[in-house]
Amino acid sequence: MKEETLSNITIDPNKLTSEINDHDTRIIDVRSKSDYLQHHIPNSVNLPLSKILSNDSPNHLLTLIQSFGIDDTTHVVVYDNTFGALASRLTWSLSYIGHDNVSLLDVTYDKWQSLGYETNSKIVDFEIKKHKLNINNSILSTINYLEQKINDNKTVIVDNRERLNFLEHHIPNAINIPYKMFASQNKILKNPKELKQIFENRNIKEQDEIITYCGSSGTLSGLAYNALKSIGFKNIKLYVRSFKEWRQQNKKVEKQNNANYWDLSAE
Amino acid sequence: MQNQLDSINPSETNNWARIEESAHFSKMLKLYRQNKLGSDSFRRFRLQHGAYGTRMTDDYAMVRIKIPAGEIHPNQLIKIAQLCDSFSIGSAHVSTRQNIQLHWVVLEDVPEIMAELAKVGLTTREACGNTIRNIMCSPLSGVCTNEMFDSTPYALALAKFLLRNPLNQNLPRKFKFNFTCCEQHGMARIVDVGLVPIINKSEQNTQQGFKVFLGGGLGNKSYVGHQLEEFTPIEDLLYTSIAVIKIFDRLGNRKNLARNRMRYLVHELGWDEFKKLILKERAIIRVTQSIITNITVNHHKHIQNIPKFNQNTNLDSLAYTRWLKTNTIKQKQQNYYSVFLTLEAGDITSDQLRHLANICEEFSGERLIRNGFSQDVVIRWVHQDHLQMLYSKLISVGLSNPGAMTIASPIGCSGTTSCNLALTNSHRLAKEIQRKLLTLKIDQDDDLKDATIKISGCPNSCGQHEIATIGFYGGGGRSGKNMYPIYQMSLGGRSDDDAMLGVNCLRIPAKKVIDTILKIISIFKKDKKPDDDLKSWINKIVNEKNDTNIRSISDLKKLLLPFTKVPDKTESSDFYYDYGSFDSYHTRTGKGECAA
Repeated sequence: MKEETLSNITIDPNKLTSEINDHDTRIIDVRSKSDYLQHHIPNSVNLPLSKILSNDSPNHLLTLIQSFGIDDTTHVVVYDNTFGALASRLTWSLSYIGHDNVSLLDVTYDKWQSLGYETNSKIVDFEIKKHKLNINNSILSTINYLEQKINDNKTVIVDNRERLNFLEHHIPNAINIPYKMFASQNKILKNPKELKQIFENRNIKEQDEIITYCGSSGTLSGLAYNALKSIGFKNIKLYVRSFKEWRQQNKKVEKQNNANYWDLSAE
Repeated sequence: MQNQLDSINPSETNNWARIEESAHFSKMLKLYRQNKLGSDSFRRFRLQHGAYGTRMTDDYAMVRIKIPAGEIHPNQLIKIAQLCDSFSIGSAHVSTRQNIQLHWVVLEDVPEIMAELAKVGLTTREACGNTIRNIMCSPLSGVCTNEMFDSTPYALALAKFLLRNPLNQNLPRKFKFNFTCCEQHGMARIVDVGLVPIINKSEQNTQQGFKVFLGGGLGNKSYVGHQLEEFTPIEDLLYTSIAVIKIFDRLGNRKNLARNRMRYLVHELGWDEFKKLILKERAIIRVTQSIITNITVNHHKHIQNIPKFNQNTNLDSLAYTRWLKTNTIKQKQQNYYSVFLTLEAGDITSDQLRHLANICEEFSGERLIRNGFSQDVVIRWVHQDHLQMLYSKLISVGLSNPGAMTIASPIGCSGTTSCNLALTNSHRLAKEIQRKLLTLKIDQDDDLKDATIKISGCPNSCGQHEIATIGFYGGGGRSGKNMYPIYQMSLGGRSDDDAMLGVNCLRIPAKKVIDTILKIISIFKKDKKPDDDLKSWINKIVNEKNDTNIRSISDLKKLLLPFTKVPDKTESSDFYYDYGSFDSYHTRTGKGECAA
């Protein structure tokens, strides 16, 4: 049983191939429209993430997924070519509007291709379906919610930006787990044992409340959200407007002082 | 020479790792976090396992990956690239002691890094702490036109013998071995034990061995090493090494942290007494331990034949010629070159590491790279017909800067970018100097090429300023209530067979260092005799043997004095900021753990 819940977060190319023609499965490609038009996974529909980011109202997303023929029971699979971060952001949004039956393809589109799985450029249409709107506020952190939690030692605030950005400034008491720590060599997420180790090393426990954030739109931290979900964490929230909003509202930030770490970068 | 191109056995990659050390580190870290292990004990343990403290914080570490003899394989480069991205800052740092360092690593991630490194045979064990540090070997060993024989197999064998050896787990202080290829390349005289390979020819036989130098070293107080004996045969390499380690372990100063490197012991006992002790100890070891101690030396080296490329490159021939001149060196093996890559103060991005791995597979006959002594990396065994193609590859990955083996590649320690002891941003200063000198094409000037610039961010010599033609170490200057970053300049240091430490000249404010260097060059140009180069000219001056207008350091000082002038803060605020900072400068340091 446990094995089953874990494997729901991601789906491997083999399994997806067996579901490609399944009416109860809908595959969403979140890459840009032009990339999608060139070629994509057969039977997938295109929902560039930018469409969601420019208007992230629940009703907008609801209308879009209904137009893809997704109803409450459809198994939605999302993929991208950006190490799973863009796809993760959409899976989170789907959970937020009440669609939990959603998985990430566990490899990127490039990898899918290089492994020799099928692609084509056919555009498919699906009959519009009805989907309920059932907002799940328990997975969202607003700025006000987060602000109340920064001194709460039962809450772990996780910044998923790269190390130098974190050192430069971050939300007070946040810890840094750069998004690149989650991927394995071939897959967008490490196996559960390896992922657990990262959190165990930091003494973060399954029952802790976790709030993840990143630079601006909850993509890198969306990946972290899924990584945590995949190892059984139950109380995870995404601070979806992330550090950009925090800065814009002039909230307090912390910085690693008295060190010129940027000058160590060869970029 | 006999096994140059014909294959014998592909030399196996050495495995330096022990996988169980990762879990052990993890356990100890947890005990420390739960206050069940004291911070001093943990620090000692952490350093023994290659995790060094970071500036002003206990949450981060610098992880020092040992690269014995500087040899690193493509799969190891790729692994380090991954680790940079996941756990560090997206760049790695090649140190002056052939290590590769990952900075600003969360202490909790160190065990993960150790476990990943073990997968490719690398270790961080004994990279810091009071142990035998990475055993260095000249990046030209095996290919150098001046060398008598290749000391690499001996460096690797000794590294293998000493790693995790109970002999060196708790020395009075850190301990360093350097092997060179010849007198010119490498640093045999400024290290605890320096070894230059030589061949002793007598009427009866020809014998391989070393000139062994003991008790040299750079630091707050620096010394040039003494030669133990005329000739130390190869059979005595291990006995001599053990004898020196044992004497240091027994007699070295364990009380005074500032006086516990072996060079102080040599100084206090006097060289003759010290030498007597070593020779006596060696004689005892030779008779008592001859059976149990043995090193395995692997002489097999497989050089692959690389198929000829279809050259079709559209190169800027001027830039190519410039690079060829400063970044490549002919090997003793006909038609082959060693290629030095110019890095900025040793920093390289994770992507560049990945490209380097591919380039190495594609172009290097030995399929590995060697870290150099100057925060650089060297691709060897490149066929001359492939140099042009290699250059165009390097352009595409941003590694084609010229100036590698010239004055235009200054060394800068990590300074305030990560080190607890640093007073100035020496790391960035080195980069700034390099950019300026390359813009001015200083690297092309044959009169300047053998001179060196080396910068430390504090009086400890991690940046090796004392053996530089023009050296600098950082400190704080004061003008009324305001502080500004300043460097003590030293001139005429060198590490070759005329090794000497630089002589202090003036204290130069950080923002005037570049101008001062350029001024020295212009004074030299005016004053020099036809045969002088900058290095020899400065050497004559510091030894007061110059007979032109500039006869001594004080003559030079007079001309450079304007650069020491301190402007008012209101008219030049930039003067008061260090490189990379926009805050008022203050000296801030934490507890040192001794890094390079």
